Amino acid sequence: MSLWFEREHRLPQTRLTAIQYGLVLIFILLMTAFWNMQVMHSNYYLALAERNRIRNLPLIAPRGRILDREGRVLVDNYPSFSIWMLRENSAHGASGGKHLREIAEGLAMDPAALKERIEQFADVAKYHPIVIKEEATSADVAFVESHRADLPELELVMVQRRHYPRNSFLAHAIGYVGEVSPEQLKQNDRYRPGDFVGKSGLERQYNDVLMGQDGMRRAVVNSAGKEVGRLQQKEALPGRPLKLTIDYDLQVVAEEAMAKRKGAVVALDPRNGEVLAMVSQPAPDPNLFAVRIKPEDWKALNDDRDHPLLNRAIQAQLAPGSVFKVILAAAAMETKALRPGFSVDCSGAASFYGNIFQCWRPHGVVSFHRAITESCDVFFYNVGKILGIDRIAYYAGKFGLGHSTGIDLPGEEAGLIPSEDWKMRRFKQRWWPGETISVAIGQGAVQVTPIQLARAIGGIASGGLFVRPRLVMDDAAARANLPPALIERFPLQESTVEAVTLGMWGVVNEYGTAAASRLQGIEFCGKTGTAQLISEPGRKKAQGRTRRNLAHNAWFVGFAPRHNPEIVVAVLIEHGEHGSLAATVARDLVRAHYDKKARQLGPDYRVELRRIQELEPRLAGVSQAAE
Amino acid sequence: MRRYATWRDFDWWLLGFALALAGVGILEIYSATHSGRFAGMATRQLAWVGLGLVLMVILSRVDYHTVLEQAPTLYLLALGGLVLVLAFGHTRLGARRWLPVLGQQFQVSELAKLVIIVVLARYLSEVTTDRLSFSDLAKVGGLVGVPAGLILLQPNLGTAMALVPAAVVGAFLAGVHWKHAAIVAVLAGLLLPAGWHVLKPYQRDRLMTFVHPEESPQGAGYQILQSKIAVGSGGFWGKGLQKGTQNQLGFVPERHNDFIYAALAEEFGFAGVLVTLLLYLGILLRLVHNAQTASDRAGMFVVMGVLGILAFHILVNVAMVIGYMPVTGIPLPLLSYGGAATLFTFMALGMVMAVRMRRFVN
Repeated sequence: MSLWFEREHRLPQTRLTAIQYGLVLIFILLMTAFWNMQVMHSNYYLALAERNRIRNLPLIAPRGRILDREGRVLVDNYPSFSIWMLRENSAHGASGGKHLREIAEGLAMDPAALKERIEQFADVAKYHPIVIKEEATSADVAFVESHRADLPELELVMVQRRHYPRNSFLAHAIGYVGEVSPEQLKQNDRYRPGDFVGKSGLERQYNDVLMGQDGMRRAVVNSAGKEVGRLQQKEALPGRPLKLTIDYDLQVVAEEAMAKRKGAVVALDPRNGEVLAMVSQPAPDPNLFAVRIKPEDWKALNDDRDHPLLNRAIQAQLAPGSVFKVILAAAAMETKALRPGFSVDCSGAASFYGNIFQCWRPHGVVSFHRAITESCDVFFYNVGKILGIDRIAYYAGKFGLGHSTGIDLPGEEAGLIPSEDWKMRRFKQRWWPGETISVAIGQGAVQVTPIQLARAIGGIASGGLFVRPRLVMDDAAARANLPPALIERFPLQESTVEAVTLGMWGVVNEYGTAAASRLQGIEFCGKTGTAQLISEPGRKKAQGRTRRNLAHNAWFVGFAPRHNPEIVVAVLIEHGEHGSLAATVARDLVRAHYDKKARQLGPDYRVELRRIQELEPRLAGVSQAAE
Repeated sequence: MRRYATWRDFDWWLLGFALALAGVGILEIYSATHSGRFAGMATRQLAWVGLGLVLMVILSRVDYHTVLEQAPTLYLLALGGLVLVLAFGHTRLGARRWLPVLGQQFQVSELAKLVIIVVLARYLSEVTTDRLSFSDLAKVGGLVGVPAGLILLQPNLGTAMALVPAAVVGAFLAGVHWKHAAIVAVLAGLLLPAGWHVLKPYQRDRLMTFVHPEESPQGAGYQILQSKIAVGSGGFWGKGLQKGTQNQLGFVPERHNDFIYAALAEEFGFAGVLVTLLLYLGILLRLVHNAQTASDRAGMFVVMGVLGILAFHILVNVAMVIGYMPVTGIPLPLLSYGGAATLFTFMALGMVMAVRMRRFVN
């Protein structure tokens, strides 16, 4: 062995020792680093590990069904698949371009629209999954299933979609649902992205009842996004059903009687405020909203000159025309402003404060009773002049006109009853007495909604019992969300009620303005109204110059029976020209109501009818005389 | 007086530490791969450890001077092997690293590590002063640089880098001038930007990720993040064998191999980390001790060359798992699965045993 190495050369012991200490130091540093991660910050990493392995998938709670008063289904659900994006599983973040294009292509979506949809939820916490496509087709479902490994952020979720079986049937009262907006998300903790919440009508008013509580399915997934196990899941709590006061049978009659004419119908039970039917036409199809309304559909609904989204029953604020005479009649009787036997000679027009006011036809000498049945304007001009605007406004207000009824629907309008005060506040002008003359026949600044008129007339006929209308049965499910039953009492003298309702009985039964709507054997009472949109000379002048429809609005508010009425119906037909047209709709409803009652009571019904006639011999006599 | 090497002089502590770690490694490899396409790896690793032990015993019986005698020949053979790999090697995952030897795919670069230890020990023990001249330092650099360059071409950045600490430790012990060390450090700093262009895109990606891990969650940054989650979520006592969710559900990348320490840290917690780190420290300190007691400088350089390479692997791998080092594909000695790496470790320890058993020879 050659001597290439030096045995005597001593070892560098100092440097070896330095390496020794260096190693110990480095290992201490490493241990500190592990201590820091595994002991000091272990919870942070544990949370991340759990988020890795557990995929939270919502179990969508179905919305409660909406039923009519007899439990018949008005609004139902149907199952459908939604495609969700679990953004925390998205490897490339929410804006990952390549994945996004692949997803858009696979789901046959526009990549830009998809991107916009995701960016809309940029502010929402990442662990909230977002819906990227509703109503997935079988091809979409197959795409998601076959791309579990490379697109782990996609998930299929079974949802219950709203279904409105009869399309626009009762559309305004029911309302519609829509995807929760980012603003709503911030306001309410209960909502999550992709939730469907009520946007209008009862769907919105009773959203808390109808909306269930979504459950959570907790799946264990591996790094490829494949489900390998399940943890205990939180079951979905379905929404509770909502039982309406609406009577399906009456609603059908009301919608058919309106025959697609523009206007509204409200039928209530004046004894308890239960709304039996509510129509507003034209009506949108809420199914359009059930998934996601297409922009063009939304635009069409908003641009429509007929305003189909307006719930005319509670939002149309219009001059009531001659229906308002009932208010004046009741006020005059209450205040005893008219001496006994007061009558007016109607020559077809009269002069007040230097202006000529027309009647719709000359009536000759008219009494209180005939003034109502034949709707004499001149008579009520005089009544208005005697009462004065403030007394009219006082009674109209007490009867519930000019302020909202408090019905359990969002967006109710208040209407307007003018007064001297109002004029001063609004226009800084003094009231001109001539305006009172117009107000006396429900023209001028008077604006009411159909629901207000139904409640007011029903209340007067019930002797001064004004009940807050409501659409939902007072049952356990709805109680927490129901506005408290409210009955405003403004007792009227029996003589007032007697005289006014007799007049309204005459309108239908004594060759009055709604004689064509007479019902055999039913004490159907009411008052027509024909409200001008423009003065008669103005209307003639405008003929052919404007595309706006200037035809009069037709009103009718009726009730039955005459004493202690159980149904009151307000009908508005826009541009219906005469109140008698509206009366036929009310008549159909009242007849349907009694037909139904007859079916339910069977032979006993006839006994009851006889009993009523025995109790009211005078009335029976009148009706016999009329025949 | 010449005493023959006896079993009494075998470093039983060193062997005990090494076998304890190898045992933990096999356990963790089993835990990480017991199901799925990698099943059976633990058994194979057990076989590699057994073969490694045999080679270790054989090498411990060989006088290291005999081995060092053949240093030039071994060096040329190693370089030839590395060239052959580049020419005919088996390509896997885009890297040409394997050469078929007796029907097995063999990583020649692991053998090159062993040769470099021998060559450096031979060269440095011929330096007769306590001060390493600059020309000697340059030659040391050249000796390491050529095989390192060949390995880098495979490409295998990790193993190429692993040769460097052997030279650094050797030069340090041979009495390198601080000035010379500073010059080399500055030169390395200047060459770094140039080296950037030599790197493959995936290597650049890994290095960039090390600087900005948050920018690419799915690529290399994803690996580091998942590894850190595994380590941190282990807590003090760990989730238990086969109960680490990051490990079992496949979130930890290369969990039987480069990232096995993340899997271990998750399932055995800080307790397991502490025990294994102490075992590693024990091995390294035993190596230093054996160097201190070596009968000559040649023996010391052999042992410290082994120490340089092992320490580099351990520190870089463990620090990588917690995001303190870039992902460079350096396995963890004794724990990571791998035939060549396991054999290298035991053969290197065999050479250390050879030095130890001859410490009283003279």
